[in-house]
Amino acid sequence: MKVTAQDVKYIAQLSRLIVPEADLEKSTEEFNQILNYADILQKIDTTGIEPTPYVLPISNALRKDVAKEGVTHEEALLNAPEVYNDGFKVPRVIE
Amino acid sequence: MTKYITVIGLEVHAELKTKSKAFCSCSTEFGGAPNTHICPVCLGMPGALPVLNEQVVEFAIRAGLALNCDIKYFNKFDRKNYFYPDLSKNYQISQFDKPICLNGYIDVDVDGVEKRIGITRIHMEEDAGKLVHSGGNISTSDFSAVDYNRAGVPLIEIVSEPDMRSAEEARAYLENLKAILEYTDVCDCKMQEGSLRCDANISLMPEGATEFGTRAEVKNLNSFRALVRAIEYEVERQKEILENGGRVIQETRTWDDANGKTLSMRSKEEAHDYRYFSEPDLVPVELDDAWVERIRAELPELPAQRQARLIAELGLPKYDASIIVSNKAMAEYFDEAVKTTKDAKGIANWLLGDVSAYLNNEGITISEFKVAPAHLAELVNLTKEGVLSSKLAKKVFAEMLKGDKSPKILVRELGLEQVSDEGAIMKLVEEILAENPQSVADFKAGKERAIGFLVGQIMKKSKGKANPTMVQAMLKEKMQ
Amino acid sequence: MKLYELTAHELHDKLMGREISSVELTNALYERIDEVEDKVNAYVTLDKENALAQAAKVDAKIAKGESISVLAGIPGGIKDNISTKGLRTTCSSKMLGNFIPIYDAHVIERLRADETIFLGKTNMDEFAMGSTTESSYFGVTRNPWNLERVPGGSSGGSAAAIAAGEAIWTLGSDTGGSIRQPASFNGCVGIKPTYGRVSRYGCVAFASSLDQIGPITKDVTDAAIVLNSICGKDEQDSTSLNVEVPDFTKALVQNVKGLRIGLPKEYFGEGIDPRVKSEVEKAVKKYEELGAAIVEVSLPHTEYAVITYYIIAPAEASANLARYDGVRYGYRNLEAKSAAEMVTLSRTEGFGAEVRRRIMLGTYVLSSGYYDAYYNKAMKVRTLIRRDFEEAFQKCDLLLTPTSPVVAYPIDGKMDPLSIYMLDVTTIPVNMAGLPGISIPCGFVDGLPVGMQLIGKVLDEATILRAAYTFEQATGYHKVFAPLGGKHND
Repeated sequence: MKVTAQDVKYIAQLSRLIVPEADLEKSTEEFNQILNYADILQKIDTTGIEPTPYVLPISNALRKDVAKEGVTHEEALLNAPEVYNDGFKVPRVIE
Repeated sequence: MTKYITVIGLEVHAELKTKSKAFCSCSTEFGGAPNTHICPVCLGMPGALPVLNEQVVEFAIRAGLALNCDIKYFNKFDRKNYFYPDLSKNYQISQFDKPICLNGYIDVDVDGVEKRIGITRIHMEEDAGKLVHSGGNISTSDFSAVDYNRAGVPLIEIVSEPDMRSAEEARAYLENLKAILEYTDVCDCKMQEGSLRCDANISLMPEGATEFGTRAEVKNLNSFRALVRAIEYEVERQKEILENGGRVIQETRTWDDANGKTLSMRSKEEAHDYRYFSEPDLVPVELDDAWVERIRAELPELPAQRQARLIAELGLPKYDASIIVSNKAMAEYFDEAVKTTKDAKGIANWLLGDVSAYLNNEGITISEFKVAPAHLAELVNLTKEGVLSSKLAKKVFAEMLKGDKSPKILVRELGLEQVSDEGAIMKLVEEILAENPQSVADFKAGKERAIGFLVGQIMKKSKGKANPTMVQAMLKEKMQ
Repeated sequence: MKLYELTAHELHDKLMGREISSVELTNALYERIDEVEDKVNAYVTLDKENALAQAAKVDAKIAKGESISVLAGIPGGIKDNISTKGLRTTCSSKMLGNFIPIYDAHVIERLRADETIFLGKTNMDEFAMGSTTESSYFGVTRNPWNLERVPGGSSGGSAAAIAAGEAIWTLGSDTGGSIRQPASFNGCVGIKPTYGRVSRYGCVAFASSLDQIGPITKDVTDAAIVLNSICGKDEQDSTSLNVEVPDFTKALVQNVKGLRIGLPKEYFGEGIDPRVKSEVEKAVKKYEELGAAIVEVSLPHTEYAVITYYIIAPAEASANLARYDGVRYGYRNLEAKSAAEMVTLSRTEGFGAEVRRRIMLGTYVLSSGYYDAYYNKAMKVRTLIRRDFEEAFQKCDLLLTPTSPVVAYPIDGKMDPLSIYMLDVTTIPVNMAGLPGISIPCGFVDGLPVGMQLIGKVLDEATILRAAYTFEQATGYHKVFAPLGGKHND
């Protein structure tokens, strides 16, 4: 077993998600199923192989430092679930 | 009792003086109504993508060269993942394992002792937005509002080696760093507005120990005074823990300026696992010799070079020179003023004395100072030429502050020209001698002090305008 | 022939010949949608008013004799993960159930410039995570060839809409096969262009290093036409390529003589439905008859592609989907007492099970202590997968494979996640290497379409379009229409 129910809870917390207690066992099982399958990767020797973070060999996609108008204040807040003083309202930040 | 050595490293965030944000074209202008300098990119709207501002790279290289760093030619960005409401994507675009600059240093001078403070790295990243709390502060507010105007403003983070051993060294390092960032024009370094921010890692180790102690990271140091006080407070706090046999915990603390304390930020302590990985929305930035060498060639005179010049070419004492160069605007004012006077020391005296006192009093910087450098130079010249006594010069300076008039005009308007006419002074000398026979007798009896009284009387009678050197000389001559 | 059965290029000719108007055409499509949408559920949101207004504008232009683009006035559908200003864009998630974008995706700007018509937003797997469209918050889309079967995914709505005659063309997005596999399941043409050909600006990110937008159409010609409209450098996307875009319709020639077609043996081995294999092999024979040279090649790291993908894509997704926190937009739990609780509850309630599963998997493979064993290892294997293709392309000009090892399977939720993931083995490697790939219909199994995939070299969409066009013109599978059969709602 790669991960325990406790690990799954911790990963959920890092992801800002909750796994309900009732689903914990099944989630842990699914997690382990995939991680066990990932073991096949250990068969491959990747010594000296560079990772591929960028699939195409391009670099220096740069923009000139010119300021432009963004969106209007109204557009910015159009989808805001709650607004306070022209800002995006959030409940208290410290528990 | 065990003696402890203080170990300090600083992490400084400097907002770059670009016109637009790091990854979008929104204005970086400070202020503005909440959520008005924003677009889909800095708001983290679904589907929006970052594009790097060329000037961010330019500024990072410039700062790196000025701070004696190695510039790394292959650059990439990484995502630093953490959830916080002011972070619109809930990851920060930063540089993790391939920072643009490595291995730099700053030389500092504390009480005449020179020391080299290492710079580990400099990397580029983006700033977060701002939380405005409904109540007074973060702990008492029921809710907060997020303003993303600052979200995406470019920063460089400058990480020092843990090379500092006292609050004074830390202060000197930060002062020099600030001066260099100002000289290179990459940051406006307004600590109050948050464009230059400092976190300090502070630990203690017993004298003779080979390993550093556990450190506390103190955030929210937004003035030099706060830095010094926070270090002093932490040193005492940690010393007390260690002396009582306790252990310092590694944690993030915040500086509470009002109460002069550092406070634990336990909420920030929860499992930090930033899960860095290469930012797939940006491609690498590859530098070349031409790019880096052009920036090197364009570097302005830096504080250390300027200080050497002021000492060697203008004969300023090292102390005066170091203070003047530590503030770019002050140094520029000085350079401007000495264009029209040969008395560089005279300018330095004014700047370090009355001018600084005035600025402090008014709470303004020299950039906001109304007296033109040429006028200050004129005032210095008038004193040097003996037209004004130093006392009258102060009077004229006070008038100059009310409106930037030429000192020559003010001297005339106020009728303050020093009287250096021999006949006129002789007339005053004779009058005073006649009015004070007792003092003359005292002097003749060997009481040297009596002459001071007589000079004073003459100055009073001349309303301060008589040339005191001449008065003194003529009095002596007359009485002998 | 009904108007909705025609292709974009045929309809363009009718518009220019004043046989029909764009308003007529657009109305015909909405009538068809009214007729079949209850059964198919291809759309999340329709935008009839704006579509008809746009159609009227195009009609006015035609009336004045002004020139118009081929796509002008031709109604299409947009996958619901592509940002459309003012028109709800949900990613088929409760999280974005009421989300109104404040900007247009770059492809939308280009299509607007071509004066095309947007009928509405098509259904998909939530946040494009899936290959069945079952994970949509707005209900499953049904396969018009058999309503009991999945349409594939994640662009299931875009493909089903084409098969059901609910759109003339659609846009999908493809991260691991999400255009090609549903195109295959629905008997359509679907192309994933070279990574960087099409701007991703405004395509809601799933896995940024793999995502690419592309068209789903009735035939290869329409695919080339839509590609012409959407490809090209965009300053807003750093990964968008600054290369010349050819006129893809110029590639549509019926000639494969001398073309070397590689058959990667790993794609014809275990795991493939023998009936699917047989249909694809018939297609290979056809190419031989048409003068192509068939060569066997090997892509030895194929067996590692699926797990590599299911490490890399969730890792990127875990960061890409972090922004859905209920602060600036999207679903918010209003009961929470603190910001952290609000974020956690909003995400837990706003995301569906598959999305939550992948976010957690991605978080795990990037987390401290596991990064090297999983994420970094996968990134290195990705390099090997990419190299496999480079070597194979030494021996051939393009590759031919089944698009999927199977045909559309029943909607019953009986398969576990890993078994479903495994079926992506034929499409995933193409994304890993950033290559262009097209799926075209090549036969039937039990009345369900079989698709074959043609994979090209980087930026060589022209060759696969040419090969696809030649096959299509020589066979005619694209002219078979879906019966809208099955028992559902009948």
